[in-house]
Amino acid sequence: MNTQSNSYTFIYASVIVLIVASILAVMATALKPAQEKNIEIEKKENILTSLRITSTRSDAEKLYDKYIVDKYALNSEGEKVSQVDPFTINLREELKKPRDKRILPVFNAEKNDTVFLVIPVYGKGLWGPIWGYISLEPEKYTNPKGTESTRYREIYGAFFDHKAETPGLGAEIATPGFQKQFRGKSIIDAYGKFLGIKVAKGGGNPEAPNEVDAISGGTITSKGVQAMLDTCLISYKDYLITQY
Amino acid sequence: MNAKNWKLLTNPLNDENPITVQVLGICSALAVTVQVKPAMVMALSVIVVTSFSNLVISFLRKTIPMRIRIIVQLVVVATLVIMVDQILKAYVYDVSKKLSVFVGLIITNCIIMGRLEAFAMANKPMESFLDGIGNGAGYGLILVIVATARELFGSGSVLGYQLIPQKFYDLGYQNNGLMILPPMALITVGIIIWIQRSKNHKLVDKS
Repeated sequence: MNTQSNSYTFIYASVIVLIVASILAVMATALKPAQEKNIEIEKKENILTSLRITSTRSDAEKLYDKYIVDKYALNSEGEKVSQVDPFTINLREELKKPRDKRILPVFNAEKNDTVFLVIPVYGKGLWGPIWGYISLEPEKYTNPKGTESTRYREIYGAFFDHKAETPGLGAEIATPGFQKQFRGKSIIDAYGKFLGIKVAKGGGNPEAPNEVDAISGGTITSKGVQAMLDTCLISYKDYLITQY
Repeated sequence: MNAKNWKLLTNPLNDENPITVQVLGICSALAVTVQVKPAMVMALSVIVVTSFSNLVISFLRKTIPMRIRIIVQLVVVATLVIMVDQILKAYVYDVSKKLSVFVGLIITNCIIMGRLEAFAMANKPMESFLDGIGNGAGYGLILVIVATARELFGSGSVLGYQLIPQKFYDLGYQNNGLMILPPMALITVGIIIWIQRSKNHKLVDKS
């Protein structure tokens, strides 16, 4: 047979592509459940880390079920939206929408008889997306009407991760050293004004209520973290200070 | 196994090492050698891809139309790489996250295309398979050596186990942050080439 003719070449190419495509299709379908499970477990692990709970891949699910007592999706008015599963909300897509159209998730975690809120954040680093989870601590206060109520304005724990930041520089946002700085910082002041978090270059003042130290050599990633926290957390502001 | 086949396996480890002698596949050697574990998984992935792509192409070698042979080779390599990537994502998720794009980039690893063109297109399947394993292993060997050096001096550990005792740190020893950055991989590879050539005079140019 002439293996150099045009028709042979065409047929050969088509057959090869067909075989390869079917092998890959079967394989992708077969492995999909395992891969999705991995992503789900990772997400649960991350949420637990933001709550200062250490978990491993094997016990993440059990701990998640133990601590996360409630989860819901909020619209821009701070009302719960029932049809949406908060766990599977794609934050990236939501942030592309105008602010009043966004549906954003909140997780409630109960640890030591205290209910913490966990809020996911998503933004841009230098080379790719960065994301994380912020847990907020409840605070008792007397509202203007004179009644006791609870609001959330102080960070209890933070977790960040990234897709492709530079190792040793921007990638440091994924280390406990950077993340621990966020503990105890306030994103909203006592009068209900949104402060956000300032990721300060040249050493943040550790006493300041909302300053953390930026990463040397990771300026753009640090700015990305600040912008991410601003854009994501401000949407929750009204919800956080009107908690009862 | 006869002597000729044995040579196919062992030659790429030293005399014809793809990284230190042929200087192929350097890019991924720089990228995944910060820690030993990802380097090992990467090495294993490359061994699987080189050996099986060599095997498949060698089986097909008489049927492949010359004009589209590179495309056929690429299709076979790409298929194997996607399979490896999917399997890693499903079963060793944390390592696959560390290797990120580099698994996908095995496709462009010059070693693989080089072996297909230079060996598998002209040799029998069994020999090609061994040649693939040998070259993958030669690549992997250097990868693991570089990764061991970088993890030991950069993070003080090997495979995640702390090897440099806390006492050293208390005395003022510090991990070398430079080891973690990509340029040090290049320098480490350079040092390995230097040591190899000082031991193996066959590799030194006469002129």
